[in-house]
Amino acid sequence: MLVIGERINATRRTIRDAVESRNIDAIVHEAKIQMEMGADYLDVNCGTVSATEEPEVMQWLVQGLEAAGPFPLCIDSANPDALSAGLAACQGRTIINSTSGETERFEKVLPLIAEYDADVVALCMDDQGIPPDSAAAERVGRNLVWRLLDAGIAADRIYLDPLVRSVATSPEAVPGTLELMQSLAKTFGGLHFISGLSNVSFGLPERRHLNRAYVVMSIFGGLDAVIIDPLDEALGALMFAAEALMNRDRFCMKYIGAYNQGKLAAR
Amino acid sequence: MGDIAQAMAGLEETKVYDLVDRQIDEGANPLEIVQECNDGMVQVGDLFSQGTYFISQLIFAAEILKHVMAKLDPLLANIESGDSNRGKVVIGTVRGDIHDIGKNLVITLLKGAGFDVIDLGVDVPPERFVDAVKESGASAVGLSALLNFTYPEMRTVVEAFELAGLRDRVKIIIGGAPCDENVRVFCGADYYARDAISGVSLCKEIYA
Repeated sequence: MLVIGERINATRRTIRDAVESRNIDAIVHEAKIQMEMGADYLDVNCGTVSATEEPEVMQWLVQGLEAAGPFPLCIDSANPDALSAGLAACQGRTIINSTSGETERFEKVLPLIAEYDADVVALCMDDQGIPPDSAAAERVGRNLVWRLLDAGIAADRIYLDPLVRSVATSPEAVPGTLELMQSLAKTFGGLHFISGLSNVSFGLPERRHLNRAYVVMSIFGGLDAVIIDPLDEALGALMFAAEALMNRDRFCMKYIGAYNQGKLAAR
Repeated sequence: MGDIAQAMAGLEETKVYDLVDRQIDEGANPLEIVQECNDGMVQVGDLFSQGTYFISQLIFAAEILKHVMAKLDPLLANIESGDSNRGKVVIGTVRGDIHDIGKNLVITLLKGAGFDVIDLGVDVPPERFVDAVKESGASAVGLSALLNFTYPEMRTVVEAFELAGLRDRVKIIIGGAPCDENVRVFCGADYYARDAISGVSLCKEIYA
């Protein structure tokens, strides 16, 4: 399971304040605690600043993190200029978050993938927006992956995000997402599937239960990457458990390793 | 402990295979490699007893050993070939226990040493040991167990031979993780084999 830590995101007040006051120590602290909790990559998002400022702020964030790390980073923006500025400052292997089937976004992000030899998160949507039903999602997802493959991006460099909707408004969202992953995995060997947790539980109380259940069920469906808060120990433990139960953890060695590192203590 | 034993104890799968391949290429004695693997397995067993390792790690270790034995089997079969018809040995893992790696290792070595082996498999009830001796006329019987709580079953087998009136006709050897001299006395067996190689030596003694 690839874990991308979501905490360096300017929608969070501590990060927004740190960005505004250019307090890199607060950012580096967030990076370190996530890495200590087992994050494989750190998402970096400063999308709350204006589009003109965003490239400069992204560059500042990445430079500061790389100077203190280096850390494996996932450069997160809808703005290709901000992606480009962040990628230019990255030192190691990087994930671009994200491209999509939207014509302009696809065309502007594609050269960045090749230039920086990066992995890429691909959002399952196109110029019509997020597909309204599972048949449309399947069509949009296949089309997007084919276009990336045609451009020479290997399947195992692509993390398709099925963009699950909230179960509060779209009751069929999760079964549809599971089917989408299982169907695409058959066609595209090596393709990864990624998801965040912010949408599925939107509008419902005690969201963590829905989020945790969603991750466990999605692991059953083939999810192999998540953008989450690595400090959520209960969620982390459930992911280790789900991978072991799905025979994706040979001899339960990862589960036992997590136990030995004290990562399964959550009640 | 040697490198292979250490890698085995640490469940470093690829390292074990690499080391074994290298030693085979360098012409090492396969029995010494077996001995090292055995040392590593003993360490794994100890770590399990201490609660450091879990059951899936025991199974992982067994899986690694199985692959190593597949590499060694052709080499082991050649050792001491030339001898043949040394005698018959009935062997099996006793009832309630399904572990067969140790037993299979002994069988490989016995066959290599020229014995005719009657392998009864795992989870073998006492009567089957008795029947096999009646049918084959073997003078040596090997009882294997891995689990701590299955060794009393070895005594049941010895008693079955007494009840059948065959106890004087066979020598019974016990072996496996829970066995030692105390267990041998408890079971009323004739010999306790510390490892696979001494098990083969005992069979040679019996048929000498």
